[in-house]
Amino acid sequence: MCLAIPARVVSIKGTLARVEVMGNARQADLSLLDDVAIGDYILVHAGFGIQKLDRSEAEETLAIFRSLEEGIGEDAEP
Amino acid sequence: MLRRTDTDRILLAHGGGGSLTRDLIRDLLLPLLGSEQPELADSSPVPGHEDIHLTIDAFVVKPLFFPGGDIGSLAIHGTLNDLAVSGAKPLAVAVSFVVEEGFEVDALKRVLRSAGEAARGCDVRIITGDTKVVARGDADGLFVITGGVGAVVRRVLPSGGREGDAILLSGSIGEHGVAVMSAREGIAFETSVESDSASVWPLVEALLRGGVEIRAMRDPTRGGVAACCNELADSSGVSIVLDEKAIPVKAGVAAACEMLGLDPLTVANEGKVLFFVPKRDAGRAVDLLRSLPTGHSAAVIGRAVSRRDHAVYLTTRYGGERIVEMPYGEELPRIC
Amino acid sequence: MRMQSLEHVLSRIRKASGEIGRRVRVMEVCGTHTHVIARAGLKPLVRDEVALVSGPGCPVCVTAQRDIEKMLLLARRPGVTVATFGDMVRVPGINSSLERARAEGADVRVVYSARDALELARSDPSGEVVFLAVGFETTAPGVASVALEAAESGTANFSLLVSHKRIVPAMAAVLDGRVALDGFLTPGHVSVIIGSGAYEPLVREYGVPCVATGFEPCDVLEGLAMLLEIVAEHRAESVIQYTRAVTPGGNARARDIMMRVFETADAEWRGLGVIPGSGLRLREEFRKLDAEERFSLPEVPPTEIEGCACGEVLKGLLDPAHCPLFGNRCTPESPVGPCMVSSEGSCAATYRYG
Repeated sequence: MCLAIPARVVSIKGTLARVEVMGNARQADLSLLDDVAIGDYILVHAGFGIQKLDRSEAEETLAIFRSLEEGIGEDAEP
Repeated sequence: MLRRTDTDRILLAHGGGGSLTRDLIRDLLLPLLGSEQPELADSSPVPGHEDIHLTIDAFVVKPLFFPGGDIGSLAIHGTLNDLAVSGAKPLAVAVSFVVEEGFEVDALKRVLRSAGEAARGCDVRIITGDTKVVARGDADGLFVITGGVGAVVRRVLPSGGREGDAILLSGSIGEHGVAVMSAREGIAFETSVESDSASVWPLVEALLRGGVEIRAMRDPTRGGVAACCNELADSSGVSIVLDEKAIPVKAGVAAACEMLGLDPLTVANEGKVLFFVPKRDAGRAVDLLRSLPTGHSAAVIGRAVSRRDHAVYLTTRYGGERIVEMPYGEELPRIC
Repeated sequence: MRMQSLEHVLSRIRKASGEIGRRVRVMEVCGTHTHVIARAGLKPLVRDEVALVSGPGCPVCVTAQRDIEKMLLLARRPGVTVATFGDMVRVPGINSSLERARAEGADVRVVYSARDALELARSDPSGEVVFLAVGFETTAPGVASVALEAAESGTANFSLLVSHKRIVPAMAAVLDGRVALDGFLTPGHVSVIIGSGAYEPLVREYGVPCVATGFEPCDVLEGLAMLLEIVAEHRAESVIQYTRAVTPGGNARARDIMMRVFETADAEWRGLGVIPGSGLRLREEFRKLDAEERFSLPEVPPTEIEGCACGEVLKGLLDPAHCPLFGNRCTPESPVGPCMVSSEGSCAATYRYG
């Protein structure tokens, strides 16, 4: 279970990475993953990367967040 | 058994703006202060001079500086907004600072400048104030208390909402809470989201001038839209049905809330208003709000219906319906 | 999710349901699934086809009461800072909670990561920091990584109160209890770590299909569609809906780190009793990081609150709304059992979202 969100790796220092998602940045520990490179998308849970994601698959999840913003300007059903 | 009535200590959640705050005010503050009011209004008329409203608020935001604002600008906007959502045009504020020994003078200057700019920007004067200094450790840096006076243009009560009214929201939600969380110690989370701290009087004034009948209104601060809708629904004796698809949320805020385990509906806003207007005025009201910079994403987000079992319902974007409960008080980030 | 896809998935569910000829009973064992289903109002959408039941998937909810009492004992010790995930703060023990203890002066800090707790310990070597290690296999590897670092760097003032649980033994315990189920939606992120292959023994022994499912509402609906389609074909297998992140083999590296620091142990689950091999404890060489040993915590006798039916709810045998305490003695503001405290608990989700 648990909250985990796909985030893009922006920089790496040792086992720690700075990851970003839609303008939000956090630190993530990469100790549980092999071969993470800058630009990779990873799933972060409780401060740890738990899986590398395919870019297009990460985008699929992130598109859901973007679709929320598209709602701005629409009105409720009467 | 942990019942609210058994609490012999104040919990952090008592200040969260949710159900515990409501209980504290209703069960302790009002009766013991000898007030005859059933609830604390955002601002209230002065006895004998009902065309003048008075309000007071304390600002304990931590950290003091956050993206989009600081305790100084927040203290001004917050108090002006309490007046505005009662239908009173803000005229003047009084500001009191409780400063901890050792607080950096430069930081105090920043706060003061910010408060001054905010007041000027809202065309309101700071006409009196006070300062106290307490020993190191006795106050967390700085607390600010602001009182405000306003002149009633049209007094609006939270109880005026009626079945059939349209529920309007002046803009996108969750920005202030996310911005503050991002700057909080121990979270180390950066965001491009900025606080929406701003005066809402221009929004209210636009509707009043435009001849829109505002039946009820309130600003969704602590506890977010969830708390605000519950309060207004309870005061007005109606239920509210919200349309999830219509609620404006920026993608960055939605993502941040997902990361932090928050529900955007319960996250604080400091520059938005929830309005009940007659259905026939809804379209015009939205247009009036959207003509202002702070109202550009205004939308009809729901409707008032006759009272059901619960105060607030939400039609989800998947077509289901769920309840929107009054939040407990302190948003605890979910991890597992 | 585009409306067209939503309609497509719902029609898949209806079609499979028609072939099955009856309403199926599906259990999810993940607090986030419970939460997402409630928030998105998914149950009414599939009401005719699926009875969606919540099982023991909320690690906060299944924390044994005496483990909570141990947390409170630590919190009240002078010089001890308890670092915890936010969900644990309001969980009721017998008379109190970490929230209450904090109001009475205990140093309780909410952290997002075990790493934050270690940093806290390093920032002030004069005090002791105890991290409450709660969570399933999604969380345990990260905690293990931090434990390794603490041990290797010799951080003397950091320790763990371990209450980690493993999901598969709990699923087996539910099935052993002869709860009638047609299948499981398995937790997407636990499955990222343990792999969909971890459920194969359950599938073989009990003949119950398992679908590793993601956390967006459309993921849950698709997971249900896949599950119903398997049931309609009279098959049983462990499959993956959440292909974005789950693989059959899972994250071996994370599992290795987890099992380097932890070993399986018996664990007490609230409402389910002791389930063999369902928990994790620190291995011998890491026992110096064990808060129970470091602080010589006394054994807390087991206590159950009278009338609390969390156990039945956790097994999916009792609908939250049918618990006699629901909504009167037990509410999110004054919870009796953990099912009501955590927003992912079955009872809290039902109360909050209907």
